[in-house]
Amino acid sequence: MTKADIISAVQQKMGFSRRLTSEVVDDLFEIIKKTLLNGESVKISGFGNLEVREKNARRGRNPRTGEEITISARKVLRFKPSQVLRKAINNRS
Amino acid sequence: MNKSQLIEEVAMREGLNLKMAEIVVNTFFDSIAEGLARNERAEIRGLGSFKVKDYEGYVGRNPKTGVAIEVESKKLPFFKVGKELKERVDS
Repeated sequence: MTKADIISAVQQKMGFSRRLTSEVVDDLFEIIKKTLLNGESVKISGFGNLEVREKNARRGRNPRTGEEITISARKVLRFKPSQVLRKAINNRS
Repeated sequence: MNKSQLIEEVAMREGLNLKMAEIVVNTFFDSIAEGLARNERAEIRGLGSFKVKDYEGYVGRNPKTGVAIEVESKKLPFFKVGKELKERVDS
């Protein structure tokens, strides 16, 4: 499943031209990205939430050398799947 | 931002009515979800990829009562953020 497949699915539903569909889908990505880059979560009911989390600095270890290092504070993106999606994937809906 | 806000923004930016934008947004997430339900990975360049990870069953414990329970094997959707977005989120 790639962006092209998603565009095809949307195109089939909407009956838009390929070009318009691709533009709309790209814009949808842009909006999601822009929101996340602003530090705001994107919550899609029935699918899941994408959120930016602040991680504190912590002590870590280079797994290869065993050397101790400090992992700096950072922001990471996390996806929390909805119960609906979890059930669908396990075919227990 | 929730789904209705996303729909509104797509509608506004693309000059679609709300109903159309809603179908676009729903179809988008549904097609990823349906792919995942078929164990297919979904790669969205510039954002990241979704895939299904298999977890084996294990014997767990109810943390409150200490009673051992069998946790069944399960599949969970997993999102791996794309490199570019990962770096930009942190900067």
